[in-house]
Amino acid sequence: MNPELAATLVKYAVMFLVFINVAPIMNWVERRACAFIQDRPGPNRVGPFGLFQPVADALKFMFKEDVTPSAADRPLYLMAPAIALVPAFTTFVVIPFGPDVQIGGRTIPLVVANVDTGVLLFLALASLSVYSLVMAGYASNNKFSLLGSIRASAQLISYELALTISVLAVLIPVASFRLSDVVAYQQQHVWSFIPQILGFLVFLIASFAETNRLPFDLSEAESELIAGFHTEYGSMRFALFFQAEYTNMAALSALGVTLYFGGWTLPGIDFPHNVWGGLLGLATLLAKVAFCMLMYVWVRWTFPRFRYDQLMRLGWKVLLPLSILNLILVAAMTLAGWLGPWKP
Amino acid sequence: METLIFFIFAALALGSALVVVAHKSPVYATLSLVLTLVSTAVLFLLLGAPFVGVLQVLVYAGAIVVLFLFVIMLLNLQKEGSAEGPGAQLWAALLGAVLFLGMLGLAFRRVALPAPPPLTAESVSLKGLASDLFGEYLLPFEIVGLLLLVAVIGATVAARRPGEPASLSENEEEIAP
Repeated sequence: MNPELAATLVKYAVMFLVFINVAPIMNWVERRACAFIQDRPGPNRVGPFGLFQPVADALKFMFKEDVTPSAADRPLYLMAPAIALVPAFTTFVVIPFGPDVQIGGRTIPLVVANVDTGVLLFLALASLSVYSLVMAGYASNNKFSLLGSIRASAQLISYELALTISVLAVLIPVASFRLSDVVAYQQQHVWSFIPQILGFLVFLIASFAETNRLPFDLSEAESELIAGFHTEYGSMRFALFFQAEYTNMAALSALGVTLYFGGWTLPGIDFPHNVWGGLLGLATLLAKVAFCMLMYVWVRWTFPRFRYDQLMRLGWKVLLPLSILNLILVAAMTLAGWLGPWKP
Repeated sequence: METLIFFIFAALALGSALVVVAHKSPVYATLSLVLTLVSTAVLFLLLGAPFVGVLQVLVYAGAIVVLFLFVIMLLNLQKEGSAEGPGAQLWAALLGAVLFLGMLGLAFRRVALPAPPPLTAESVSLKGLASDLFGEYLLPFEIVGLLLLVAVIGATVAARRPGEPASLSENEEEIAP
């Protein structure tokens, strides 16, 4: 086989293995952390500290009866959970996870797809995730599901704007869409969240809305819409939505730490250019992502849900102007030469 | 390999475009439009223009078509009734299509188009595209931006019912779907 292709497949396999395990691990973390915040034990029966609870849950999902509502739009209803997984398992290909590794005289960059349009490809694939929510809600033929989908489509469009503009601001001093360039720039200068704290806060808030997490989970709001767009889904199909949600969170966290917190690097440390250096880089990236995931959980069990009109007002009247202000500030700082040498 | 990918996605684009115009359910038509746009984006990638392909997915599939779906679901549009059947409209559309194809054929036969300058890696790269867009074509770019702004303001004014206040006051609750 072509060694180039083989290397890409191996890299994809590594990232896939990492990201497919996010959902079961987060299932346990979320429930234990929530229990800790609410001062109760949480799941602790299956295995030590309830660690085997995700396995039990997975078995339960697989052996439950698979029901399709008789009034559902069958083709769309069956397709929706599968489509949810497509953006979840493709966006991470542009995230660099280690230094260039030299194996057998070849230099292999540790990113699955080292393309010119890196960040844009991530955003384009991520923007497709809304279709599974919309299809699920429409196809279920349930008014609560439909309301959930309508909310999801409006919410994702609104927050994508602020998110994209704050991401673009990060790229101005780097003068490249390639995430490995973003990491190299931060290694050379300073982590981007320091000069761009405003943009980072906008990114952080918008990413909660983009992944449908509390306090912005209006599309599944239990107290209003039963379970929103996935009300009519059970067994493994529900589990696929669950899997997609956590994988999206992890991918967006990986993008966030790559843009604002140096990605796989640590300031002042050069990882060796061999397999061990690659593993260290991956471990660093995963540690940062794990921290972000814990924050998602922490926020979820701390803040109440926003009302729909508050959500829209925050998105359009606060976050969007702030992200544009940040863009202008960063452009000015870059022109003034405060953000390091600028390559026109 | 590339030819195979081209034919698969060209067929997908054409097939789904047919579904867009022919399907009775607006939701299915819109979802097929997404497939058309994504397949066309793959064709752009094959042509060596990744930026255009990615923007096609990001802007059209990721934002504009979502708004179409939003409106369709908000208005709860159902399947079109087929009261008229494939009557006069279909024949008129076919006639129009044939006439248009004929005109295109004539135009291409009569007029020798100047050969476009060959695409280089430099001109399709992000930097080449940016310096073209914000250098040579800056004025048209800005005019298009202005046109879009005018369209947005026009739509906002047109959507307001006469006699309604210009904006909701802050303490008035907006109606949430």
